[in-house]
Amino acid sequence: MHIGLTAGGKINSIGPTLAKLIEGPSPIGVAFLKVFAVRRPAGITSMEDLRARAGVRLHVDLRGKGDTFRGLAVPTADGGLLLNLSFGIRLIDAVRQHSLTDADFAATDMAVEMLYLVEVKQAVMTELRRLNLRLQGAKATAEEQALTDTLTGLRNRRALDVALPALIGQGLAFGLMHIDLDYFKQVNDTMGHAAGDLVLREVAKALVEETRTSDIVARVGGDEFVVLLPGLSDPARLQQIARRIIDRLMQPIDFDGRACRISASIGLTISTLYDPPDGERMLNDADAALYASKRAGRGQAQFHATKGDDLLSA
Amino acid sequence: MHGLINRSIQCFLRDTYGNASWSAISGAAGLGFDNFEPLLIYDTGLTEQVIAAAAGYLQRPRETVLEDLGTYLVSHPNLEALRRLLRFGGVSFLDFLHSMEDLPEHGRLGLPDLEVPDFTLTDQGEGRFLLHVSQLIDGVGHVTVGLLRAMADDYGALVVLEHGGVEAGREVVSVHLLDHAYAEGRRFELAMPGG
Repeated sequence: MHIGLTAGGKINSIGPTLAKLIEGPSPIGVAFLKVFAVRRPAGITSMEDLRARAGVRLHVDLRGKGDTFRGLAVPTADGGLLLNLSFGIRLIDAVRQHSLTDADFAATDMAVEMLYLVEVKQAVMTELRRLNLRLQGAKATAEEQALTDTLTGLRNRRALDVALPALIGQGLAFGLMHIDLDYFKQVNDTMGHAAGDLVLREVAKALVEETRTSDIVARVGGDEFVVLLPGLSDPARLQQIARRIIDRLMQPIDFDGRACRISASIGLTISTLYDPPDGERMLNDADAALYASKRAGRGQAQFHATKGDDLLSA
Repeated sequence: MHGLINRSIQCFLRDTYGNASWSAISGAAGLGFDNFEPLLIYDTGLTEQVIAAAAGYLQRPRETVLEDLGTYLVSHPNLEALRRLLRFGGVSFLDFLHSMEDLPEHGRLGLPDLEVPDFTLTDQGEGRFLLHVSQLIDGVGHVTVGLLRAMADDYGALVVLEHGGVEAGREVVSVHLLDHAYAEGRRFELAMPGG
């Protein structure tokens, strides 16, 4: 894009693309600085100023429009100047704004290649963004699966190992329940693994239904479950929930018309018995209480015994 | 083979024949996964397996499947970005035809490891051209025929295209440009719409 100036600073020739941008009547014969303003270097207000800046990179604005150019002025034999202008980084806006086409650029101009590159970049970025979204989704799914017991949909051992310290970290009192099924092995042995799996899924369903949504139910072994009950430290209330769970699990479970009968033994403990609470110790104590329940005849829940104190009477 | 090429074949089969067909074809090809990732690189054999499985499943000649693929690449709305990139090749179909020789360079501008076939254009005069295409895949000439046919429509040019067999390891496509402004063609603005 070129503009020729007379020695007096009037426009005496202008390239077709620039003429297209100006849009109004022909600028031929009009003073260059009336149509354009030189933004940088500052202080160019006359043809003499402009001539003194020959060979220096100029930043030029088209007056009354948003268009900006960068360019260069070189002296001509007749005392005038020849300016070569280009859009620079504003190319894309200019092309859109003025609906420029291939024909508006000189054959040597790299403008169209630049537009091409911008679109290539955009296309590749779009694919990268999609790939990242897919990977993010896959990662979330993998994490979800890794913390979930695939048979029952409950949390698994790993999830419990994350949840228990997190709960302790919150400083909120909570109850811990360790549940072991009674007679599960007999169901497995006499009715097969399919019956066993069904029983485990029914147990999981019962545990979820008999606890609150804020409670954490995990399957930590073949027929062992742990329930964390945040905010619940009342022994009587915990004993009541445990009883309800046992009663529910003693209901026969139908497997192809045959009744699977199980029961459950439960060991209980409460975070407030420990100062500070320790996840490992709580699990061990609940486990000991669970075996006390088993020894005492199954189908019951017992609290972790604290040095002769009777929690329920405390 | 670049994932973008495999992904294009997948999208062509899925968009044209439906998800169920794609699942059946990817299963028959023994891919072991559902989707090609466009920015990963795959074993070259997989591309061949998918094309063969598609021809078998659709019970259509391989050449027809490949030609339809070429047409899809230009004409399907999901691939508007590719049509635009190809249209940068020139302001007329003739310009575009000449720009086919630059396609490998243009492809590598965006994706340095993208394999694009080499094209050599020979002008035989009177609007007749021969395009020699390196065999990135067996049948690449049929993809080229489909693509050129769709591009001619895009420019509004009237052309007769024919696959001329294989010469010295390159597939030959003959192009007879009868009228470069036969129909209106589709618009092409240099600036991306709505960017």
